[in-house]
Amino acid sequence: MLAAQSTPDKEFEQLIVAFCCNWCSYAGADLAGTARRSYPANIKIIRVPCSCRVNPTFILRAFLRGADGVIIAGCHPGDCHYTSGNYFARRRMTLLMSMLSFLGVDKARLRVEWVSAAEGNKFAEVMTSFAETIKALGENVKLRDLRCKK
Amino acid sequence: MQKIGVFVCWCGSNIAATVDVARVAESVKSIPGVAFAADYRYMCSEGGQELMQKAIKDYGLSRVVVCSCSPRMHEATFRKAAQAAGLNPYLVEIANIREHCSWVHKDKEVATAKAIALAKAAIAKVKLNTPLVSGESAVVKRALVIGGGIAGLQTALDIAEAGYKVDIVEKTPSIGGKMSQLDKTFPTLDCSACILTPKMVEAATHENITIYTYSEIEKVSGYVGQFEAVIRKKARSVSVDRCSGCGICSEKCPSKKAKSEFDQGLRNRSAIYIPFAQAIPNVPVIDRENCLKFQTGKCGICAKVCPAGAIEYEQEDELVTQKYGAIVLATGFEPIDMAKFGEFNYEYCPDVITSLEFERLTNAAGPTQGHLVRLSDGKKPKSIVFVSCVGSRDTTERGKTYCSKICCMYNAKHAMLVKEKYPDIDVQVFYIDVRTPGKSFDEFYRRAVEEYGVQYTKGMVGKITEEGDHLLVHASDVASGAQLSVPADMVVLATAIKPAADARKLATMLTASIDTNDFFTEAHPKLRPVESPTAGIFLSGVCQGPKDIPETVAQAGAAAVKVLGLLSKDKLLTNPCVATCNEQTCSGCLACEKVCPYGAISAEYKLVNVKGLKERRLIAQVNEALCQGCGACTVACPSGAMDLKGFSNKQIMAEVDAIC
Ligand code: FES
Repeated sequence: MLAAQSTPDKEFEQLIVAFCCNWCSYAGADLAGTARRSYPANIKIIRVPCSCRVNPTFILRAFLRGADGVIIAGCHPGDCHYTSGNYFARRRMTLLMSMLSFLGVDKARLRVEWVSAAEGNKFAEVMTSFAETIKALGENVKLRDLRCKK
Repeated sequence: MQKIGVFVCWCGSNIAATVDVARVAESVKSIPGVAFAADYRYMCSEGGQELMQKAIKDYGLSRVVVCSCSPRMHEATFRKAAQAAGLNPYLVEIANIREHCSWVHKDKEVATAKAIALAKAAIAKVKLNTPLVSGESAVVKRALVIGGGIAGLQTALDIAEAGYKVDIVEKTPSIGGKMSQLDKTFPTLDCSACILTPKMVEAATHENITIYTYSEIEKVSGYVGQFEAVIRKKARSVSVDRCSGCGICSEKCPSKKAKSEFDQGLRNRSAIYIPFAQAIPNVPVIDRENCLKFQTGKCGICAKVCPAGAIEYEQEDELVTQKYGAIVLATGFEPIDMAKFGEFNYEYCPDVITSLEFERLTNAAGPTQGHLVRLSDGKKPKSIVFVSCVGSRDTTERGKTYCSKICCMYNAKHAMLVKEKYPDIDVQVFYIDVRTPGKSFDEFYRRAVEEYGVQYTKGMVGKITEEGDHLLVHASDVASGAQLSVPADMVVLATAIKPAADARKLATMLTASIDTNDFFTEAHPKLRPVESPTAGIFLSGVCQGPKDIPETVAQAGAAAVKVLGLLSKDKLLTNPCVATCNEQTCSGCLACEKVCPYGAISAEYKLVNVKGLKERRLIAQVNEALCQGCGACTVACPSGAMDLKGFSNKQIMAEVDAIC
C-alpha cells in the first residue's frame, strides 16, 4: 500500500457509503434497526432497487468526493428479487476492484456482501467489520479530489 | 426553483429520543429549494398527514421529503397523502431516520448529524424526481397452490368457495400431506384421518379446484396478477381416467421390496402402489425404479390383471402451462435427517424410532395394525422413553436453532395414547422445557402427568446404548443433578422439523425470500405474516415457520383472504419505476437486451432526431409491462442512454454527492 494513502494512526472521521438493494439488504438494515443492532453511524445507506443498479461511476464518484469505503449489499446468490441482478453486481464489482488495485487504491475499500431480509444481525456485523477495515486502512487520500467538494 | 417541504417525524420517542428532530428541521431550512420544514409527533397519523397536505397547498410545495421510518413501512401512506393534496405521489421521498438511524445509534449528537445527512440526501434526490404515472395490468382470476397438505387444501377450499378457480400442485401421488400420516391429533385426540379425509374429498370434488398430484412446478415466470407456471405431471404409468382403484395390480405385483414412504419405511410396498387407503386420487402409480417391467423389460403382470386396461407403461411426463393471478406456497415440512445424531443410535437400533414412525406404529391402518410392538422382535415393549428436542433448539451446526413447536404436545399425546391402550407400559419423557402455550394445551399436558401417570424428567439425553435385548437411555436429571441410565424397550425421538427440501428451489424460481433455515420469509413479521415480500406470492402453513394444525388452518385461511383480495381486482397498478431509453444517445448496441432478466428490451428501427435531422436508427425499446425495474440495463449501457425512473443516474449521483 502506498504510504500516502494511509494514516491509520490518526483518528479520522470515516465516511462510508452503503448501497443496499431494496428487497434484501435494505430490509436487513431495517431489521437491524428493529432489533436495535447497532453499527457505526458514519455508514450512510442509499437505497437501490437491486445491487445490479449500482453503476461503478457512483462508487468512483463517492471515492472522488472523499468516501473512505463503499459497500454494496444485495440478496444472497440465487435469491435476487430480479433473479440474476446480484450476479451482474458481483462481476462488475470484481472488475472495479481490479481497477482500484491498478490505480493503487486498496481494493478492500470496496466490498460486496450478501445480506438477506432476515439477517438484521448480519447486517450490523458486516457494517461494523467493514468500518473496522476502513479504519485500519486509514483515510482515502489517493482518490479524493478536493475539487469535487463544493 | 423547486419548493420542497421537509417533514421530520418524532415517531413518539422512537426517533425523538435519539435524534434532535427540531434541529434536523432547522438545519435543512437553509438548503436552496426548501420552502418549508417542520417536525411533528407522528407524521403517519391523521394530524401529520393533514400538516403535510396543508403545507402543500399553503406553500405551493412541489416536492416533499418525509424524515421518518423506513419507506418499506410508510412510503405508500405518504405518497397517498401527497396525492390527495394534488401532488404526484412520486414526488415524495423518505429519509429513513428511524430504522437506519435512531434505532441503531445511541449518541444523540451522532444520530442527529446522521439524520441531517440522510435528510440532505433525500432532498438532493427529490429535486430530481419526476412525476410518474402507473400503468395498469390485468389480473388472471385463478390461483395456484403449491402443496396439497392441510395448509394447501384449506387455502384452496377457501378460495374456491369464494368462486375463484384454484389449482393444487402436489408432488406426491396423493393429497393429504403430513396430517394424513398422523394417528390422533392434540389436544382433543380426535383421529387425524377422520377430520382430514372429508376435506380431501371436498377439495377433490369441488368444481373450482383442479388437483395435480405426482406433479411438480417446473418453471414460473411473470409477476403479480400475471404469473405463468409450467407444471410437470410426472408419468403415473396408470390412466387416471380408466383406473377404478380396485387395487388388484398392487396385490399381484411381484416386486414388493420398496419401502413405503407413507409408512415411513416401516413396511414394504409393491412397485405399483396407492400410498394409503384414503389416497386421492385413488389411483396407483408405478415407481419405475422398482418395477420389473421398467428395469428388466419382463413382467407386465399389472397390465395383464387390470380389469380396466388402465396401465400405460409408455406414458410420459406431461407439461401443462397455466396462467395465475396469485401463488400460494404451502410446501410444508419434513423431519430432519437423523444421520448426524449418532449418539441416539437411531440408525443401528430398530427400537429407537422417530415420532413420525411412532404415529404409523400406533395407527390402526399402520404396518402393525396399531399394535405397539418393537421393530426388533415384534414384542410389546414394557417401557418407553420419549426424548424431546432432538435437533431442535440446538445451536450446533447439525441441529436447528428454532423450537419445532409441535413436539412437546405430540410427546404428551403419544405418552397418553400408550397409557390409554396399555396402562402397564412405563412411560417416561425427557425434556428441556415443556412448552404448552395454546388453547387447552397445558390442560392436555397435565392430564398426561396427573391422570395417566406419565413420568416427566427434566434433563438432556446424551446417549442411547444397547444392553442385551433392551436399550439404556443415558440422561441427566436436572432436579437431582444425577446422571441416569434408564432401561427402556423402546425410545421415541421427537425430531426437529425442517422446511420441505424443495423450498429453496421454489424460492429461487419465484424470487420469494427465504431465511437461513429455509423457511419462507413473510413481508412483515407481525403485520403481514401470510404474504411474501414478492407481490402476489402468499404463504400458508409450516413453510413459513413451525406450526400445529389449528394454526396452520388459520394461516391457510388468512392466505386465502389475501389471495381473494387480489383476485377480486380487475386491474392492478404497475410499478412506474421502469427503465427508459434516451433515443438520442442510444447507439443501438443492445448490451441492455442481453442482461434483462425479463426480456423486456427489444430492438426497433426508429426515426430519431439527431442534430435537427431525422435519422433511421436501431434503438433499444423498453416494454414497460414486462420491465420490473431492477436497473441491470442502466449499468450495462455504455452510452448511459438507459436510465431507471425513480432511481435515475442523476438521482443516485445526487444522493452520493449529498452524503459525501
Ligand atoms: S434485488 Fe437484492 S440483489 Fe437484486
